[in-house]
Amino acid sequence: MPDGVAHHPALAHHFEDLDQQREAATLGMWVFLVTEVLFFGGLFATYLVYRSWYPEAFAEASHHLDIVLGTINTIVLITSSLTMALAVHAAQTNRRQLVFVFLVSTMALGATFLGIKGVEYFHKFEEQLIPGSNFEFEAQYFQHAQLFLSLYFVMTGLHALHMIIGLGIMTWMLAWTWNGTITDAYHSPIEISGLYWHFVDIVWIFLFPLLYLIGRH
Amino acid sequence: MSSRGVLLPAHHYLSDFGAASWLLTRDHKRVALMYLAAVTFFFFLGGAFAVLIRLELITPAGDLVSADTYNKLFTMHGVMMVFFFLIPAIPTVLGNFLIPIMIGAKDLAFPKLNLASLYIYVIGASCTTYAIITGGLDTGWTFYTPFSTASSTTAVIPAAVGIFITGFSSILTGLNFIVTIHRMRAPGMTWFRMPLFVWSHYATSLIMVLGTPVLAITLLMVAAERLFRFGLFDPALGGDPVLFQHLFWFYSHPAVYIMVLPAMGVISELVAAFCRKPVFGYTFVAFASLAIAVLGFLVWGHHMYVAGQSVYAALVFSFLSFMVAVPSAIKVFNWTATMYRGSISWDTPMLYAIGFIGLFTVGGLTGLFLAAVGLDVHVTDTYFIVAHFHYIMVGGTIMAYLGGLHYWWPKMSGRTYNELLARVSAAMVFFGFNLTFFPQFLLGYLGMPRRYHAYPDEFQVLNVLSSAGASLLGVGYLIPMVYLAWSLRYGKLVGSNPWGAVGLEWTISSPPPTENFAETPIVTWDAYEYATRVEGHVA
Amino acid sequence: MSEHIVPTRIYYVIFGLLILCTYLTVQAAFIDLGALNTLVALGIALFKATLVVLFFMHVKYSTKLTWAVVVGSVFWFGILLALTYGDYITRSWRTYG
Repeated sequence: MPDGVAHHPALAHHFEDLDQQREAATLGMWVFLVTEVLFFGGLFATYLVYRSWYPEAFAEASHHLDIVLGTINTIVLITSSLTMALAVHAAQTNRRQLVFVFLVSTMALGATFLGIKGVEYFHKFEEQLIPGSNFEFEAQYFQHAQLFLSLYFVMTGLHALHMIIGLGIMTWMLAWTWNGTITDAYHSPIEISGLYWHFVDIVWIFLFPLLYLIGRH
Repeated sequence: MSSRGVLLPAHHYLSDFGAASWLLTRDHKRVALMYLAAVTFFFFLGGAFAVLIRLELITPAGDLVSADTYNKLFTMHGVMMVFFFLIPAIPTVLGNFLIPIMIGAKDLAFPKLNLASLYIYVIGASCTTYAIITGGLDTGWTFYTPFSTASSTTAVIPAAVGIFITGFSSILTGLNFIVTIHRMRAPGMTWFRMPLFVWSHYATSLIMVLGTPVLAITLLMVAAERLFRFGLFDPALGGDPVLFQHLFWFYSHPAVYIMVLPAMGVISELVAAFCRKPVFGYTFVAFASLAIAVLGFLVWGHHMYVAGQSVYAALVFSFLSFMVAVPSAIKVFNWTATMYRGSISWDTPMLYAIGFIGLFTVGGLTGLFLAAVGLDVHVTDTYFIVAHFHYIMVGGTIMAYLGGLHYWWPKMSGRTYNELLARVSAAMVFFGFNLTFFPQFLLGYLGMPRRYHAYPDEFQVLNVLSSAGASLLGVGYLIPMVYLAWSLRYGKLVGSNPWGAVGLEWTISSPPPTENFAETPIVTWDAYEYATRVEGHVA
Repeated sequence: MSEHIVPTRIYYVIFGLLILCTYLTVQAAFIDLGALNTLVALGIALFKATLVVLFFMHVKYSTKLTWAVVVGSVFWFGILLALTYGDYITRSWRTYG
């Protein structure tokens, strides 16, 4: 670092410059997303095996999911990805107000998603479709439908947990936007938060057809 | 070997006192030392279970403990050793300490994440230890369903949760290493100038990042099945217990490469330093590390030949298992070629390195035997398997760990240890190890099953030999604890390069300064330029 | 290395495509295409995911290393699926019921 040049307050001492720091942070988030792909991957592998074994039971159980709420949620999440991308853009162009607006929009949409999910879960509880002791289903598919619904709850539950964590991260970003930490010179935290959020969206993009759209014809 | 009148550097990474300076540190070197304390604790805890196992097996009758207790003993031994010692030890102790220095960086890419990894490890390990205290675990470290999900009455969930949490520590360490190696290399430190230790840890980190999440989700599914009756592996609901095994071994086979690749990295450094020669075929060794990481993901079904997977799957996995031996063999050949016409000194680290090369070869060869389906169906679940993996894990990884610890001890502590005691211990470890585990190859071949606390009388002689060896091995592990601790206070002070080795870590003080380098080095030389870059060694 | 700022117009176009694809995938689910239903659904999902990765996650404008990381993760997931499922489709005996 040349003498007399002020050191950006966000620059950590072990990095040469902000560029290196940003590249490291971005690569770090991407590597983390790799772990997430494999984490959800185990569930998708399980899904693949059991759906190939019990296609009718899976279709029958899938019909008990609310396709309207599922579609709405898909649209909500895609929109939240748009607002997130716009938040990153606003940070890149130093429009602090806009960053705030788009972050809050993303969070609102995320909360909406979770709310709708909660409603769906409650319906499942009422319809006695939660595998375990209180499960009710037509006799022909009684066992195998539980496999589908177990996968449904574990996969969407894990996804919802990731969204809740995402909301936490957004809150943190809101705080940093508010107190001026985020500027056009230093906005990699928003960018990498965006990467995480988009990933969560992508998981849902696959969950939606695999869980809600089986054998609907 | 150090010149007289050496003083400790005025200020180094150990200088600052106080609990906060340790518990809130961002210094990768301090994190490494805290990991050293933690993994050492869990090593001896796992070792205690081994002692009980070998005590029980001195007599054919199951007279020391009940069958249920014995199930808990071998389970906890495996869980402690695999998850809380073998997987973390070399990367978190030696990797954390050395990687930034070896590439000319001031720290890892994410120092706070590194500290978090340490805390996560301790929390996870404590959770599993809690499981031991409140009832133990008897499923085997492999958690096979449906026993783990439906029948076992032990503390499966706390144990699984603890391992799940520790898995995050592993993932974050791997993530940190990958980003560090990609983004923090000093000017001139190209990929092919990096020490092979760094290449090994890079390959290891790829495995940690790609494999561990699958174990995590699998354990979560086991917990969900136990807790919520989400019977994803339950045959009564149409589930497949073998699916658990697929998901489990998808991680746990590459995990054995997590355990051995860092060890191989250590050996590359030791062989180069104590033969005073560049490692033969540097590029081959570097790519072999990557090949092991990749191929290691394609062979997991060789743990399931008799589990019920299809014959065709077994054949594919068998063929790939033969393939994965090739890069390991390349490394063994290259280390041997390095020694040819080298100027060899038989210091303690080199003794451990030689031990590794021989014992890893035996373990690796027996792995090839096991890759053959026809042979494996006869010796699977016998002591042949136990012997095979202990040759790799103990004869391999632990010897490399001890060799590395002794080699870099002067760098980390600024002091040297008693060489005579160290060589005696190394010999005890080597002979004790072989006495413990070679008879187990014979036992397995003769038909003694594993995980049984009682056995037919005709197996007693070999078992007694094995237990006797274990005693020797145990003492061999305890003695270094004594002289290494002693050296911290009374050991002779050393300068920056007590071994006369080549490497960036030997250009800075012992112990190093907190920021590693006063000025970022600009690298213009290859990793092992012994001919041109020998410094400070009295021949 | 300076970063590329994607014009917002592109984000809106991609958003439109994503919503369109969502509509298409729901509609396609109600048409009987036999075995192709699953393929179409997954194909559309893959297309949507690709759009998000390339544009929202900026991979189109990122380094080769980022591409390698993305491709690698998908490939490894593929290994998990291929070798696991490979066992199941080559079993010649009934292990389910």
